[in-house]
Amino acid sequence: MSTTVKPSSTGTKAGKRAAQPYSERAKGERRLGWLLAGPAFVVMLAVTAYPIVQAGYDSLFNYRLTAPSEREFIGLGNYGVILTDFVWWRDLGVTLLITVITVIVELILGFALALVMHKALKSVRGLLRTAILVPYGIITVVSAFAWFYAFDINSGYVNNWFDWVPGIDPDLNWFAGTWTSLFVIMASEIWKTTPFISLLLLAGLAQVPDELTEAAEVDGATWWERMSRVILPNMKAAIMVAVLFRALDAFRIFDNVFIMTNGAFGTEVLSLLAYRTSISRLEIGMGSAVSVLLFICVLLICFIAIKLFKVDLAGARGSK
Amino acid sequence: MKNSSTKEKVTWAVISVLVLLYALFPVASILATSFKQPSDLTTGKFLPTEWSTVNYEQILVGDAQGLFLSSLRNSIGIALIATFIAVVLATLCAYAIARLDFPGKKMILTTALAVSIFPVISIVTPLFNLWRTIGLYDTWPGLIIPYLSLTLPISIWTLAAFFRQIPWELEQAAQVDGATTWQAFRKAIVPLAAPGVFTTAIIAFFIAWNDFVYGISLTSTEAARPVPAALAFFTGASQFEEPTGAISAAAIIVTIPIVLLVLLFQRQIVSGLTQGAVKG
Repeated sequence: MSTTVKPSSTGTKAGKRAAQPYSERAKGERRLGWLLAGPAFVVMLAVTAYPIVQAGYDSLFNYRLTAPSEREFIGLGNYGVILTDFVWWRDLGVTLLITVITVIVELILGFALALVMHKALKSVRGLLRTAILVPYGIITVVSAFAWFYAFDINSGYVNNWFDWVPGIDPDLNWFAGTWTSLFVIMASEIWKTTPFISLLLLAGLAQVPDELTEAAEVDGATWWERMSRVILPNMKAAIMVAVLFRALDAFRIFDNVFIMTNGAFGTEVLSLLAYRTSISRLEIGMGSAVSVLLFICVLLICFIAIKLFKVDLAGARGSK
Repeated sequence: MKNSSTKEKVTWAVISVLVLLYALFPVASILATSFKQPSDLTTGKFLPTEWSTVNYEQILVGDAQGLFLSSLRNSIGIALIATFIAVVLATLCAYAIARLDFPGKKMILTTALAVSIFPVISIVTPLFNLWRTIGLYDTWPGLIIPYLSLTLPISIWTLAAFFRQIPWELEQAAQVDGATTWQAFRKAIVPLAAPGVFTTAIIAFFIAWNDFVYGISLTSTEAARPVPAALAFFTGASQFEEPTGAISAAAIIVTIPIVLLVLLFQRQIVSGLTQGAVKG
């Protein structure tokens, strides 16, 4: 084993025997690299880049599947219609509201869960992790139905259990009002996705050196001081990545809203608007324009996060 | 470490119960609903007054059988195939990224990242139109292909993270012994890499199993409609009856595989999720 030369170490004095095959191998490695990675790369492009380019093209036409022969080029007309429509801005507002509130709540709740898992006694650690993975693995639609039936005025028990809370009585129909509907939608989303954020935070927490916190404790720092001055600053990268990923995920929210209200009572989100326009109403041109705008929103969020908050996605996700 | 005192034990017991309640209560809620008879649904109580399996009978052997069982078959088949293809492609790709030196490595990882944050609904409209033209609408391949946009990127990231931790000296040793790069990969590395590949497969399967957007947009009949989409289209025994019980029973049945996988592979799933996501 002592004679093995690592190909990555640019062996200064590796000797003649190693130098010659090295360059040949580098060439072979390059070919093999693309041979192995190429298919995955091509498939990824084929299933995303191609459709979004197609959507960009379709969005320039007035094109309905119900009247395909009337298809005509209208330039940016569809975008003009959407961006001057109240519905787009209302849906954008609802989507952003859901994104901001769920991410904030999930960050706090997820951090608490991460702390619990981090400090848990060995005897309960496995149990806690197993339990927490159930919401992560469960189908979003199933989660939506579970929350929907619990709150529903007919089949639910929440009104019955919480009738002592001001504003809740047996006749409260949660899904007939904007705020009450959004409350249940967000609760279901938070329940389902907090485990993911807490696992990301747990990994960040594990990377904070124990010596640092112990030293701070010896120096007489309170729990709060240790948290805010030692632990949190040291896991900033993990927190940023978790927030960005969850924010982008929350921004695409669809399943919960579709199941619970289908966008009624002002709870429509952007994904649902895109779905209704193209799949339900078969307005491919207009639907494509909504899709492209949604895509641009996601790019904007990414851009803001990376430029303004300096989130190092690639580094944090392990390409170092 | 101090020995855990009684007080500490009690504290942890309380915390554990709270976490368990948080994680399992909604599941318990729909489980309870699935055992309620239609007449029992509006009592406003958590538990059924009389436990009944009528909902399970309806979806497994009764009227809703065709709808549910076909969607279950579709879900299992489509999710497994999409997982398999993604894991095979990702294994080759992640091996190249973790092990070989070639230009474009970083671009591939960035692409995977970009694809994983892509808004699914943005791809649905063009696919819907294209699939109708070329005959893939409402077929298995019509879902398997777009599912790769969900399963492939995370598989590449997770596997690349796993593969970086493998002791590659073994491969070099094999090569010194005269094996080609490919042989070294197959004989020395595959057995070591198998656990990571398996974990990745579970995570990819969860994601494919969870899909709803593609499922409702790209299918129209029982030929390819997966369970989440079928749940949204369930109807009651008569048009005046809510399908609450049937949906709850179906929801429980499709949750069983998830719970089993989580129970069996908790440790692997946690390490897969955290490694692929944060650590290098």
